[in-house]
Amino acid sequence: MAESAALTYLDHAASTPMRATAIEAMTPFFAEQYANASGAHRFARQSRKAVDESRDRVADVVGCRPNEVVFTGCGTESDNMAVFGAVRALGGRPVCSAAEHHAVLHPVEERNGIVVGVDSAGAIDLDALSDALVATADVSIVSVMAVNNEVGTVTDIEAVARVVRRHAPNALLHSDAVQAACWLDLRTVTPHVDLLSLSAHKFGGPKGVGVLAEIGRPRIAPMIVGGGQERDRRSGTHNTAGIVATAVALEETDAERVSESSRLRELSTRLVKGLQAQLPAVLETVPGDRKVAGSAHVCIGGVESESLLFLLDQADVCASAASACASGAMDPSHVLAAMGVDRDVALGSLRLSLGHTTTAGDVDRAIEAIVPAVERLRTAAADRVGQAG
Amino acid sequence: MKVMCAMSGGVDSSVAAHLLQQAGHDVVGVTMKLWGGASDTGCCSVSDVDDARRVAQQLDIDHLVFNFGDDFDRGVVTPYLDSHVAGQTPNPCIECNRTVKFARLAERADALGFDAVATGHHAQVGRRADGRYTLERGADPAKDQSYVVHMLDQAQLARTLFPVGSMAKSEVRAIAAGLDLRTAAKPDSQDVCFITSTGGRAAFLGERIEMRPGRVVDTAGDEIGTVPAVEMVTVGQRKGLGLAGGGPKRYVLDADVAEARVVVGDDGDLLRSTERVRDLTWIDEPIDDAVLVQASAHGATHRANLSTVDGTTGEIVWLDRQRRIAPGQSVVFYDDADCRVLGGGRVAH
Repeated sequence: MAESAALTYLDHAASTPMRATAIEAMTPFFAEQYANASGAHRFARQSRKAVDESRDRVADVVGCRPNEVVFTGCGTESDNMAVFGAVRALGGRPVCSAAEHHAVLHPVEERNGIVVGVDSAGAIDLDALSDALVATADVSIVSVMAVNNEVGTVTDIEAVARVVRRHAPNALLHSDAVQAACWLDLRTVTPHVDLLSLSAHKFGGPKGVGVLAEIGRPRIAPMIVGGGQERDRRSGTHNTAGIVATAVALEETDAERVSESSRLRELSTRLVKGLQAQLPAVLETVPGDRKVAGSAHVCIGGVESESLLFLLDQADVCASAASACASGAMDPSHVLAAMGVDRDVALGSLRLSLGHTTTAGDVDRAIEAIVPAVERLRTAAADRVGQAG
Repeated sequence: MKVMCAMSGGVDSSVAAHLLQQAGHDVVGVTMKLWGGASDTGCCSVSDVDDARRVAQQLDIDHLVFNFGDDFDRGVVTPYLDSHVAGQTPNPCIECNRTVKFARLAERADALGFDAVATGHHAQVGRRADGRYTLERGADPAKDQSYVVHMLDQAQLARTLFPVGSMAKSEVRAIAAGLDLRTAAKPDSQDVCFITSTGGRAAFLGERIEMRPGRVVDTAGDEIGTVPAVEMVTVGQRKGLGLAGGGPKRYVLDADVAEARVVVGDDGDLLRSTERVRDLTWIDEPIDDAVLVQASAHGATHRANLSTVDGTTGEIVWLDRQRRIAPGQSVVFYDDADCRVLGGGRVAH
């Protein structure tokens, strides 16, 4: 249940409410423990200790060594750093899947990269990846997301790694795991990759903190240079409060992960089945066994997402459709297009994403709001067709 | 009433939203994302959207962005290109009003339970004693936009509001300034939103259609110059024809894209006593009578007799001969007092 009793918040893939423990842990670092962690005095050393302890805790959950953790300003920065940093250091071309978040896709496109197709669920086509790697001699980095941000599809990163290591042994493998932290044991993903991105606000941490795990010796060029605070991997004064809160939120997320996944799997299934029971033409975009527990993405026939979102907003239900462009308009989803979903079907996409504060009541209220909204829009569309006829 | 106010990020629609709110309506502001490419205000006109959103926040009304990019491509950009390919002169702003603003947006407003759609156009909707709706010029003659909304019919007018149509532009700006809205001093938009001032029409068309050089001939058929792209030539045009200086002013009398030939002549050659018109629409009933005809957004009106063939095509017979109107150009008919819109259409080839 969201903070405000009136809101039914089913947009956890966009952002999550911060965990109380994380807020509590970060608060002293605003007004009391405000020293710059890079300072030369004992007051600063206390901040440094908090950053270093947090790094240990993050490394523990990610499944890497503490000195492989780089704190950044957001998930997008981590993704950009991986792609741009690899190309800058190694030359050659980047490769990614067509369903990547724009934080990966746009850097890859900008660096004349290769975009590989996905299957009907949104996971990278491994044969197409092999072909692309065989055909291209100078691949510097392959970036494949662990969990898709729109439709929730889980990609088997170990299988991707086998293909990459075999056909492009010199290339780095990066995985955008921004949507994975709540649902997957990152320790099972990290051993297969060279670079892995996280974003704190997706798991109950604060906005403005990202992580890039750089496994092994540093091989990519830094993107933000200056004081060299993050061991020359990333410059900028440490966001001590944010880093502390990130570690606390990530640990708590990890501790609850198994039980929360099973609880939310039940709720997301109930949500999709509930809609399908009351409305015809509701397509579950990706089958449950291929996606994370919190994802309930559907394509609803005969409605337009923008209209549906407006009516849901009026009914105090927070949901989304695809990613928004700079103007705030919903762009037709590149993920659904890559999956081969018809544009007409994709127009009715609705992304409902559950998270640690979601209750059964939220799911039931969402169903109660969505069903009449869809019926209303379908009736209006039928009336228009009737008038035109 | 529940009113959806189309907010472009300009001062007129900003003030329109405020006036609706003052009148006690339940207002939601909507900015349409129409064009995904380059524009003078950034990709997807992001800074205009920013302005509209900030004004909505200041007024404390909800603000949404709707993506009608596909509809805009289909209803405005593609016909714009087709028009040029056919050697005609399109009015993209009119097509946007016809196919997007008062069609797609209005339909969506309807489906979402809104009673009316409002815009910042300088035009006025009135109602006669018999209940029929009228469309009249905006109160500020210099800013009147009735020409670009002439295609509205009774059903549309019944659900359309133009809150600033009865005001002078200076009043609109004064209200915006009084509310400290960031759009108060924003210049009026002048040009087609998808054509950048740096690239212009030539760059836009050049990237999308084949542009062919054309021969410029006089009325006797002798070649006297060339143009780089016959698709860019408009009837009545005087500049950019590659003609030697001196001598009488020469105008484009006809542009034949198929033959890549432009015929020029003097002012007198351009005069015509009739024009055929097509795609006629009517505010109320079809008119077969004396009318005043306006052939551009802020052009002068001229007297003519309009005879319609079947309600959608017809002929204008000028009282005094007038310069030829470019084929494809919209013409709008006004009543004898030059105040009320009666209908409009496009000049046939």
